[in-house]
Amino acid sequence: MQKQEFTITVYTENQIGLLNRIAIIFSRRKINIESLNTSPSEIESVHRFTIVINETEEVVRKLCRQIEKQVEVLKAYFNTNDELVWQELALYKVPTEIIADKVKVERLLREYGARAVAIRRDYTVFETSGHLEEIEGLIRALEPYGLIEFVRSARVAIIKDSKGFHEKLKEFESVEPGTNVIENEYLGKQDEVFTM
Amino acid sequence: MSTIELAAEKAKSVIQQVENISGGEAVMKALLCEKVNTIFGYPGGAIMPIYDALYDYQERLHHILVRHEQGAVHAAQGFARTSGKTGVVFATSGPGATNLVTGLADAMIDSTPVVCITGQVFAHLLGTDAFQETDVVNITTPVTKWNYQVTDASEIPAILAKAFYIARTGRPGPVLIDITKNAQLQKFDFTGYTPCTHIRSYRPKPYVRRKYIEQAAALINEAKKPFIIFGQGIILGKAEKEFREFIEKSGIPAAWTILGMSAIPTDHPLAVGMLGMHGNYGPNVLTNDCDVLIAVGMRFDDRVTGRLDKYAKQAKVIHLDIDPSEIDKNVKAMIPVWGDCKETLPLLTELVQKKTHPEWLQRFRDFQREEEKQCIEPEMKPSTDVLSMGEVIHQINELTKGEAIIVSDVGQHQMVACRYAQFKHSNSNITSGGLGTMGFALPAAIGAKFGAPARTVIAIIGDGGFQMTIQELGTIMQSKVNVKIVILNNEFLGMVRQWQELFHDRRYSFVDITSPDFVAVAKGYYIEGRSVSKRDELRNALSGMLDHQGPYLLEVKVGKENNVFPMVPQGCSVAEIRLK
Repeated sequence: MQKQEFTITVYTENQIGLLNRIAIIFSRRKINIESLNTSPSEIESVHRFTIVINETEEVVRKLCRQIEKQVEVLKAYFNTNDELVWQELALYKVPTEIIADKVKVERLLREYGARAVAIRRDYTVFETSGHLEEIEGLIRALEPYGLIEFVRSARVAIIKDSKGFHEKLKEFESVEPGTNVIENEYLGKQDEVFTM
Repeated sequence: MSTIELAAEKAKSVIQQVENISGGEAVMKALLCEKVNTIFGYPGGAIMPIYDALYDYQERLHHILVRHEQGAVHAAQGFARTSGKTGVVFATSGPGATNLVTGLADAMIDSTPVVCITGQVFAHLLGTDAFQETDVVNITTPVTKWNYQVTDASEIPAILAKAFYIARTGRPGPVLIDITKNAQLQKFDFTGYTPCTHIRSYRPKPYVRRKYIEQAAALINEAKKPFIIFGQGIILGKAEKEFREFIEKSGIPAAWTILGMSAIPTDHPLAVGMLGMHGNYGPNVLTNDCDVLIAVGMRFDDRVTGRLDKYAKQAKVIHLDIDPSEIDKNVKAMIPVWGDCKETLPLLTELVQKKTHPEWLQRFRDFQREEEKQCIEPEMKPSTDVLSMGEVIHQINELTKGEAIIVSDVGQHQMVACRYAQFKHSNSNITSGGLGTMGFALPAAIGAKFGAPARTVIAIIGDGGFQMTIQELGTIMQSKVNVKIVILNNEFLGMVRQWQELFHDRRYSFVDITSPDFVAVAKGYYIEGRSVSKRDELRNALSGMLDHQGPYLLEVKVGKENNVFPMVPQGCSVAEIRLK
């Protein structure tokens, strides 16, 4: 099986330490996380992790089961790129004078759909969102003109055929009876321990 | 009681429900509500308020002072494994808590329900490198089923309820609750303890899917050479009866993993022995010959499967497990039967036809005869004067008639004990399976005795492993724990030596371990003991040990360079098992 890009979507409780519990599932198996985003979900108190990795489907399926095994994880889904709508956001800081001087740069920014979010005398910050290739295309194009700083966010993704998590949550909330502990028949004969 | 009295009683309980107590006392109340009666622990600075509260509860909460925190977890494991209850451990912050890690890892991989409560520095000191501060929650994350840090006393009742629920339900495992010292001291309004029965993000057992049960039954009914392999899931699920009914109706031969051992009596007519690297000949070879392989509550550990790409490739695999992540993890299942085997086995039993497989079973017996001749006979009746480990176990079988709990450590003696020990009851074979923790047996035997006080507990330990947790003799002395310790001393780290002999050209690199005078050491702890090396003394020494009132240490000097066979060499398929 070929390795490919998979996006894992995890619905969780909001709990300190859970990020670590999820992260070590990957690091223990020496799998690199390409991108990781945590955010609220459509349901209050339910958090959503979006994790991108490069792996085979078999490995990703096993990883999702390990993730779901964590007590505070409600559900983990994995999808290939064609099953998703996704975006990443990037910020670029460029010298203001370049944009003012070079018409080409201005055109370039317009071409990539970049939007100015801060304009100062010495620098301007642009923002674009899109897929990785588009964002990286703009970096390459801007590099010769003195790109001062660049940052890209993690991927956020929506699963195309997902109906959201409200229904699923109801399933989780339906109370299941707890199990009774069956004790060892020999228990309670404590006195017999002390025969020294 | 009249209705008025009942109402008064109820009102009283409501009043009693609101009490202003410390976090430490809340821990005690929670433990009592969880029916805990035994705690294994070691005090220290950051857990002092909890120990202070325990002072008033020591009549009802029996605390065993161990000699090292690792021993506390192993003892709690032994307790859990023989009693079917959850083991409880107290330890302090920093080194106290880090000493728990080996035990937690052992409990994690062997699915043992344990709740560890550790003290932690004051909340305002967290992250300041305070005295005896370590980040215990993060250190123990990979080796716990769940862990949590409490910084406010009011959290204690609900968190402990959750801890016990998580530790014992589903696939059990260790849980660690770290409580900061301020939370232990803090007074709060305790409004009563409600056991946890539901956590929305946690599903202890998956839904049973009828479809798979039907498919599994159909496959079993058509099978000509079906083979059952089972693990600790039967014991953890308390499904021994259900399992017996299943095998007895279907008439299928069944072999156990090391941790599944004792779930059915070892002399059951359908029992064909142990799987794995040092398991029995038949079950290993015939794994690669059966047509349907039914795995129940086991996880296809590499010590069971040998080389995976040559493991049971011809067989259609049915896998029953409570943990969905175990299905397809190592061996692809054709039919996954998710669920608690206590529920799924009866459904399956109902649908399978009543059958016997005499010819197929005979093949196991034929292999057994071969193994008897080549491995078992020489082990039981050695041609030399030097004692073998196997004959010691054989004598123990004869003396205890399979009624004892056998706690084994890790190494050659463990394999021999598990190969030859006979059991009549479940929860009787206590050993460190997945982690292979040397030093497990002595503390685990202490816990095992408290978990099943009326039963004989025999710890079988090597000379190496015994020296890893030798200090727990102090616990045995102080708490007067009636355990019988058998040290099988071959003056080597035998299993490593065996591998060096077979695979490293006899280059015995640091495996010759010297030992103290074990009997003298025991004597120093006021524990009776004896050392034997002659065959004609053995029987007498063992029966003397068993008849002795109180703990006893028996050292048996055995052959130095004996090997454990059969053996599936690493990287080989189970069918390539060697008899010599």
